[in-house]
Amino acid sequence: MQTHEVIIEPGRSERHYWADLWRNRELMYILSMRDVSVRYKQTALGTAWGLIRPLTTMLIMVFVFSKIAKLPPDPGVPYPLMVLGGITVWTFFSTAFTQISNSVTLNSNLVTKVYFPRLIMPISAVAVSFVDFLVSLGLFILLAIWYQFIPDWHLLLLPAFIVLALMASFAFGLFFAAVNVRFRDIGQLIPFVVQVGFYVCPIAYSSRLVADKANEWWAPFYWLNPMVGIIDGFRWALLGERAYFNPKSLLLSVSIVFVCLALSLYFFRKRENTFVDDI
Amino acid sequence: MSVITVENISKQYIIDHQKGKGGTTLRDVITENLKSLIGKKTKTTITHEEFWALKDVNFSIEQGDRVGIVGHNGAGKSTMLKILSKIIQPTTGMVRIKGRVASLLEVGTGFHPELTGRENIYLNGSLLGMSRTEIRKQFDAIVAFAGVEKFLDTPVKRYSSGMYVRLGFAISAHLDPEIMIVDEVLAVGDAEFQKKSLGKMRDNSASGRTIIFVSHNLTAVQALCNKTLYFEKGRLIEQGETNQVIASYISKVSKTRLVRQWDTPKEAPGNDLVRIRRIELVPDYPDNLTHIDVRTPMTLRFEFWNQMDNANLNLSMHLNSLTGECIFNVGTQSQPYGKGLIAAECTIPGYFLNDGSYTISMMVVKDTVTPLFVMEEAITFDVEDYREGIAWYGKWPGYVRPQFPFHIKMLEPVASKQ
Repeated sequence: MQTHEVIIEPGRSERHYWADLWRNRELMYILSMRDVSVRYKQTALGTAWGLIRPLTTMLIMVFVFSKIAKLPPDPGVPYPLMVLGGITVWTFFSTAFTQISNSVTLNSNLVTKVYFPRLIMPISAVAVSFVDFLVSLGLFILLAIWYQFIPDWHLLLLPAFIVLALMASFAFGLFFAAVNVRFRDIGQLIPFVVQVGFYVCPIAYSSRLVADKANEWWAPFYWLNPMVGIIDGFRWALLGERAYFNPKSLLLSVSIVFVCLALSLYFFRKRENTFVDDI
Repeated sequence: MSVITVENISKQYIIDHQKGKGGTTLRDVITENLKSLIGKKTKTTITHEEFWALKDVNFSIEQGDRVGIVGHNGAGKSTMLKILSKIIQPTTGMVRIKGRVASLLEVGTGFHPELTGRENIYLNGSLLGMSRTEIRKQFDAIVAFAGVEKFLDTPVKRYSSGMYVRLGFAISAHLDPEIMIVDEVLAVGDAEFQKKSLGKMRDNSASGRTIIFVSHNLTAVQALCNKTLYFEKGRLIEQGETNQVIASYISKVSKTRLVRQWDTPKEAPGNDLVRIRRIELVPDYPDNLTHIDVRTPMTLRFEFWNQMDNANLNLSMHLNSLTGECIFNVGTQSQPYGKGLIAAECTIPGYFLNDGSYTISMMVVKDTVTPLFVMEEAITFDVEDYREGIAWYGKWPGYVRPQFPFHIKMLEPVASKQ
């Protein structure tokens, strides 16, 4: 190990921050594994919970929105399949977003005792949601086989939308994580945001229904929600052309996510040195 | 070569005082900002108090130095360590550090109760800056040092607190940094383990490693460190050779009040019956000592005015620990005295009191049953630790530390086989 000099000064962010982050990738991995392996400790059903949650959510939604409210699916797509696709990506986003927002406060015992680039906490926090996401995606595949639904070349675009959902969770989560250190109100706010999001995003319904009502005064606001483009795109990648897809809305989503991510990252980096004073 | 240079380091905290409120919530900030936006002056007064946890600290540490940091609670020792560990940022000043630093601010940082001993070794090790290959290489040594072989796959929440601490220390003892920062970790764990870990730290320092060590245990600092920094109220007030700094720390911080005297009965404490003139504890220092340690014999001298004609009087002296428990109570004979100044003397031998802080209360008693006047905590003094030829640095148990004759001999030697 060659000797390197470290200079500590007020307001000086680590000059080699990103290199430092990379050097600590093993810590990132170990913290992720900690979260994953702790998740279902002392539960009787264990990882089965990862399967039970999306499955029951889907069944309830099929019952409420399809059987009772008679919401139409996209033409040619079975309603359960459409809903499960939406649930899968939305749950991924919302749990990642929640975990990121709470990551710093949950690790407060580390913040006050050891130094490492603080971004490690939100980054390693998403591991759990990614594992759940894979389980949910597996469930989708089983259901697709059941409906004898064969995906086409659109499936190749799926990773891009997964990355986009992840970026969105960081874009909003990092900001909340930094604010949460000082104001624990965020802890109360997040479940509420997630609940509202569930209804304003096209999960139980297709964006096609909104596109058909373009004349309503609220319609333009609908498309401002960056998750709309991402969820539509994710379903489009899974279900192909039969699912509703609007490139313009995706473009808007991507630009909003990029701008928010940059701002959030900047904010987090600016605040992270004072976490220990506020936590 | 100096490996750590600290220049003008200060750390300021702003303490918010708000009437009737615990802390600042988001609502407070929003309403404050809204009100000031409208131009309304708010009624709730938030006052900010500046507090300097550290102020203008300068020092440098050479390679291979073992530096102790001493000072009272709140003197800024831990703040200094956290700045050196990059955990908190200083408000002003600059620190230069050359070399790989490992900070050990608590035992078992990040241990997760649900994870097994094995998993926690990897978790804690990588938090302390070890790579996975390093941990794998040291794994067996760590487990052996901690003595937890049988419980490797048990969640640490089922560990006894002793095992928990041993595992935590074992991991950090196998770090291989150039500079090691250690905060009070020896305060935990049993005596045997303390000895083992202090020994391990000394081995480490023998190999040229720089160590910075904070402790309340002056004996441990003396045993381990060649240089010492003494902090008080956020300032570094003395640095140098350990023995010198510790001696002056002891003389400055001890709340010793060895003598109290009043010249006339009018201003003296007491009542119409008796008035205290003087109470003094005179240590009989051996060698060139300037503070009381466990070896020091002491004489208590007490003088008072009796203002009664012919009263049967005796004195009763209570020696109390800092927590108020009475360690012993001795009294004089009861005898008749007329009006006048009366003197008494009592000797407390050396090798009797254990190290600690003590107070003496004096009571004047009439007819062996009626207390006339009690002077509470008249004398306050500290007894410092002193050991010779003992490699153990834990707190010596008990209130007293007498040296009774205690003989030991070999009864039946067994001839060793060649």
